[in-house]
Amino acid sequence: MNQPVIGAILDWDWVGRQLDTIGVQLVEHVQLTAIAVGVGFVISFPLAVFAYRHKRFYAPITWVTGVLYTIPSLALFILLIPYTGLSTATAEIGLVSYTLLILIRNIVAGLRAVPADVKEAAEGMGYTRRQILWSVELPLALPVIMAGVRIATVTTIGLVTVTALIGKGGLGFFILRGLRDFFPTASIVGAVLSVALAVVADGLLLLVQRFLTPWARAVKVRAFA
Amino acid sequence: MDFALDTFRWLTDPTNHSGPNGIPVRLWEHVQVSFLALFLATLLALPIGLLIGHTGRGEFFAVSVANIGRALPSFGILGIVFPLTLGVLPGFGYYPTLIALFLLAIPPILTNAYVGVQNVDRETVEAARGMGMSGRQVLAKLEVPLAAPLIVAGLRTSAVAVVATATLGAVAAGPGLGRFIIDGFVTRNLAKAAGGAVLVAVLAILTELAFGLLERSLTPRTSSQGRRRTPRAGGIATPETA
Repeated sequence: MNQPVIGAILDWDWVGRQLDTIGVQLVEHVQLTAIAVGVGFVISFPLAVFAYRHKRFYAPITWVTGVLYTIPSLALFILLIPYTGLSTATAEIGLVSYTLLILIRNIVAGLRAVPADVKEAAEGMGYTRRQILWSVELPLALPVIMAGVRIATVTTIGLVTVTALIGKGGLGFFILRGLRDFFPTASIVGAVLSVALAVVADGLLLLVQRFLTPWARAVKVRAFA
Repeated sequence: MDFALDTFRWLTDPTNHSGPNGIPVRLWEHVQVSFLALFLATLLALPIGLLIGHTGRGEFFAVSVANIGRALPSFGILGIVFPLTLGVLPGFGYYPTLIALFLLAIPPILTNAYVGVQNVDRETVEAARGMGMSGRQVLAKLEVPLAAPLIVAGLRTSAVAVVATATLGAVAAGPGLGRFIIDGFVTRNLAKAAGGAVLVAVLAILTELAFGLLERSLTPRTSSQGRRRTPRAGGIATPETA
């Protein structure tokens, strides 16, 4: 139904000629996202476990990461430029700082949702605090933690496009091009591929989650049997 | 620290506080376009969200809007709306920015209104029905007040996103504080760009705080269930909502 409209807006010849560039930008987009979420998780994980064990630190940690999350991305990138220049570092510092709030909140929420009697049972069996964390709490918290990773990934894929304004940007390169040259095809290619990438990444992470928590599936199967 | 000092000087320089390109004018443009976009989006999305929550019909639609809203980059919305509306609407950057911000604000408002009403305890609703309340009364006197904190949480998410994205409108001659950032960036006047960035950041944080206070004032504190954490974009998400 929309075919003629889209056909008129999109310059397919241009798309055909840009296939190589699209591939290059797609790879950059994935790299920027993977580094941001990976580094974000490495920072968030110890902070979240700390905030979970010491409740009074939860509010200040989420307050600081909340302020970071609220600062508009373009403003944050601009404020970093005098220190880190127009570099990948500037882009990544900004992108990482947006993942922190999402990841920390979800890791803590996942850990808090672990039933107290399960923890007590593990304690009664002589588990140390570290053993309880790694073999009881984290596995049970995994679905909520993975939900956080998925939201952080989808959000980051969208934010990466803004880094086009500081010379990075992956698929955002095309969005910026469309804006500057008033050429809708380029913007649509950038935006549509960015959404597609987000959907694919979300689906893949869901598969990873199912693979990591086979017991969740087992319960469902039993419920239907 | 020269950079920080230069930025401070730019922000406090009286010549930057007057004239058609002064800070007050740009700030007003920013607030005006953000508020109008949020207002129009609320006018459309809130009734639809409430209705879906109330009737239980169109849930698939609500979930789809939420998912697309999360995946679609705000920069991408601007990038598509700008070239398509140029020449169709008067003015250069104002209406494209307004339309993009309007579209951006819809999903959180719609989803939170729907989830808020849907989360209202069914037994309470049935009790109200049993007392002879009509569907409209149930919605107005029970479901909307109980869903109010979540509805405001949706407005908060939208408002912060709108204020942040209004900055990006300046890339294609849109109004607002983003002009300082883009113009400063292009003319290599980093103090100006950073001054604009500071103003935008402060505005976004004030928006978040203002809606946070409103949300808190609407949340009952003595509820036996305690204060529920409100799921919003980027917030705690259970696997079902993700």
